[in-house]
Amino acid sequence: MSQIDQSKIRNFCIVAHIDHGKSTLADRIIEQTGLLTSREMQAQVLDNMELERERGITIKAQAVRTVYKAKDGEEYIFNLIDTPGHVDFNYEVSRSLAACDGAILVVDAAQGIEAQTLANVYLALDHDLDVFPVINKIDLPSAEPQRVIEEIEDVIGIEAQDAPLISAKNGINIEEVLEQIVHKIPAPKGSPDAPLKALIFDCVYDSYKGVIVFCRIMEGTVRKGTEILMMATGAREEVVEVGYFGAGQFIPCDELSAGMVGYITASIKNVKDTAVGDTVTDAKNPCAEPLPGYKKVLSMVYCGIYPADGAKYPDLRDALEKLQLNDASLFYEPETSIALGFGFRCGFLGLLHLEIIQERLEREYNLDLVTTAPGVVYKVHKTNGECIELTNPSNLPDPSEIEYMEEPIVSAEIMVTSEFIGSIMELCQERRGRYLGMEYIEGTRALLKYELPLNEIIYDFFDALKSRSRGYASFDYDIKGYEQSKLVKLDILINREEVDALSFIVHADSAYERGRKMCEKLKDEIPRHLFEIPIQAAVGGKIIARETVKAMRKDVLAKCYGGDITRKKKLLEKQKEGKKRMRQIGNVEIPQKAFMSVLKLDDKD
Amino acid sequence: MKDSLMLYLHVPFCVKKCHYCDFLSFVCGEETRGAYVKALCEELRVRGGEMKGRTVSSVFFGGGTPSLLSPAQISVIMEAIREIFVLSEDAEITMECNPGTIHGDAVDSKAEDKVSATAEAELERLVGYRAAGINRLSIGLQSMQEKELELLGRIHDREAFLRTYEMARKAGFSNVNVDLMNALPGQTPESWKETLEEVLSLSPQPEHLSVYSLILEEGTAFSEWERQGKFTGKLAIPSEDADREMYAYTGRRLAQAGYQQYEISNYAKPGHACRHNLGYWTRKEYLGLGLGAASLLSEVRYSNETRLDNYLADPLAGRQEEALGRKEQMEEFVFLGLRTTKGVSRRTFQECFHEEMDGYWHEVIQRNVADGLLLDDGETIRLTAKGMDLGNYVSAQFLLDD
Repeated sequence: MSQIDQSKIRNFCIVAHIDHGKSTLADRIIEQTGLLTSREMQAQVLDNMELERERGITIKAQAVRTVYKAKDGEEYIFNLIDTPGHVDFNYEVSRSLAACDGAILVVDAAQGIEAQTLANVYLALDHDLDVFPVINKIDLPSAEPQRVIEEIEDVIGIEAQDAPLISAKNGINIEEVLEQIVHKIPAPKGSPDAPLKALIFDCVYDSYKGVIVFCRIMEGTVRKGTEILMMATGAREEVVEVGYFGAGQFIPCDELSAGMVGYITASIKNVKDTAVGDTVTDAKNPCAEPLPGYKKVLSMVYCGIYPADGAKYPDLRDALEKLQLNDASLFYEPETSIALGFGFRCGFLGLLHLEIIQERLEREYNLDLVTTAPGVVYKVHKTNGECIELTNPSNLPDPSEIEYMEEPIVSAEIMVTSEFIGSIMELCQERRGRYLGMEYIEGTRALLKYELPLNEIIYDFFDALKSRSRGYASFDYDIKGYEQSKLVKLDILINREEVDALSFIVHADSAYERGRKMCEKLKDEIPRHLFEIPIQAAVGGKIIARETVKAMRKDVLAKCYGGDITRKKKLLEKQKEGKKRMRQIGNVEIPQKAFMSVLKLDDKD
Repeated sequence: MKDSLMLYLHVPFCVKKCHYCDFLSFVCGEETRGAYVKALCEELRVRGGEMKGRTVSSVFFGGGTPSLLSPAQISVIMEAIREIFVLSEDAEITMECNPGTIHGDAVDSKAEDKVSATAEAELERLVGYRAAGINRLSIGLQSMQEKELELLGRIHDREAFLRTYEMARKAGFSNVNVDLMNALPGQTPESWKETLEEVLSLSPQPEHLSVYSLILEEGTAFSEWERQGKFTGKLAIPSEDADREMYAYTGRRLAQAGYQQYEISNYAKPGHACRHNLGYWTRKEYLGLGLGAASLLSEVRYSNETRLDNYLADPLAGRQEEALGRKEQMEEFVFLGLRTTKGVSRRTFQECFHEEMDGYWHEVIQRNVADGLLLDDGETIRLTAKGMDLGNYVSAQFLLDD
């Protein structure tokens, strides 16, 4: 490959609120620059995780390189990095932003600016990226492009008059976006001859190639045979292959030089040697200082993850190790539960992140898991002056040793049209929110500001918000800090035995309500046994709620004949299969999903 | 020499689909029935031909409503069977029939005395079936309560059943089964007792009774009504407790009347247990013919094409098969055997598989004995009364891991 002219490279990403059409625009850019013919195109080209296509969301940042022949007759190399839109994945977003020089902001012509539009734009501006807006979905009957343009200028304060008016879905005006990429996104800087300095923005593990490092070269050049040094971990390896990203495939090339985005393999087998955010340099000619990297993210939500089959513990450990490589925001450490045996306490950025990890572990690593109710990190101040950070409710010290407890509080911004302000305020009130104020963005839309305890929003706040605003409200939050709170541990007893994996921390005022609902929920989840099973909720040893699972009376196929035998067998197999998805606690079998039932306690909506 | 064979012949036609029924059956005309008999005989000649000369100990015409076929049609099929197989002298040859279908099309609606004309026509047909070789009749009654019959979507009333029963006896059927159902919407232990008493007051009493508790099957009118919430209040489906009460009562009352329970849902006077039914649970080989019919032959389970037009076009096409491995055979041996009151014999298991049954299920047996679900006399294991209520729960534990 001949030397690439740095001035003809454009490294950019697309940022948007979820569902505003980011991945669709990425698809169109790939298609129109001719990387793939439309016959090869499938929706969401960059979302190659099965899970992403199913849910229609982007979880992982993905990169692709494509070549565009601009109207000025020159060919430009586009490195497009697709990013997730959900607040949980801000970490992924900021990783990709660091590898870019500019960003396209996609705004829905009907919905206008949403909470995550703002969050993502500010993130991009924080990274010193040049941002230009694109108005998408202009062919919708409810599209109001002019209003949205004004909104962008008023609220975000960036020039939007010449924003391309497009429909990514129907391929309208994509050419104009391509031209603006050329003109509005700056070319990368950096000298190809300086000592190597490259930022790792992602990694994947491949069973043949080992760890594949995704990086943006800031300075210098890397090629096959270069001895590289990972500046944070100190690992040294010889480069086996360098290359760039085709659509869904890795394309080897001779070298990567300053300004380019690509991958490096170096037969790195130990996944711990590679850290996202680390700087790669030339071991023989190192750069003076590493790049700033990313700020270490803090896990917001914790839960216990256990293998359904205890013997699979080592598999779960390996899977977590490999997933963490690909998702540095995942935290885990070993723990033991009386009910569930050996497992891990895992930390996540949010509940969606938790769900995604859980599903990836199950699908990509073929594991059968038991997940316990998610919780946040509490600070427990003990009477002896010690302060512990509590991530697992079972570790709560005896109440007599506790001076006071603190819980994390977030500042939340909720954007909502005026007709739903009342119901959203009511929701925040129910969730122990503290009203801070309200600003009108324009005539009919307001930005509500609240402080909310994190443990009130991790479960189903987002769903509740959507359903109480007919889908119109959007939401973003930042961790503000810790505040003292009246918290208690709610224990669940099944057949008079306390099940540690079902305990959770709750505000004292809602303990009774939660306990009652939890018992009801478990009554529905636990199948009938040969004997009656009491389910009780207790706070500090005092029973506050009770339900009973009645004994099984009838389980028989009355009518059965010759042709039914295969069917009967299937029925029995299903029954047996169901048993496999149970955990034996004492002499009671509890379905795996019951451990998450605390999540579905809100029946309000 | 191979064991004797059983034959099952499916007749998938009904005058009207009952509201609870998910069996393979539908309404159709005379012409289709004729074509079907032809196809059935063709299938019989080819598939039976592969086993030519084998002894057949039981023939069962099931449905649907086999009594929608005329004695002549049944006779054609029976002749074909006799041509291919050796029908043992004491063969049990059963036909299912539904009251209100047996008179055929012979009754002139203008006849002055319609009731006696119907009875006469019924008698004539029943005599015809008898002559064709049928020696056991299974009558679908389900209930003696008019309201329940109507709810079930049966085409007959109580009166029609009594007539059919009388004519069956007159025609010389000395081995008669009556099908009954309980746990019906709106049924009470009292209304069930009335039905049972009335059946026991028949003279002579039926030699055999099948009592099924209702299962709401997906895709039936009943399951739709259930979803719509129709089965509440006066039409409430009996609770599990009431259901089990009826079941236990049935067992006690029938024992008193001289019936022996030999299977989860079947009761018979001594010597009249249905051999065909027992054959299923003891894994006797059977050849199933007709639409959707199932077979067990040389440890392969087959099931026929289920679309009528396909079957009529080629009665041999579309048959599915599943070869049973050793593990499946052993599992079936136990979970099918447990349906019978005789239970599962260790000695027979040893003879079939040359291994000890306890090598696989020692713990399972012990656990279920301890839970009061199984009785173990050292040679056989069988379900207790409580075990019968929870038959699936017990059986599922006998499935082996791969």
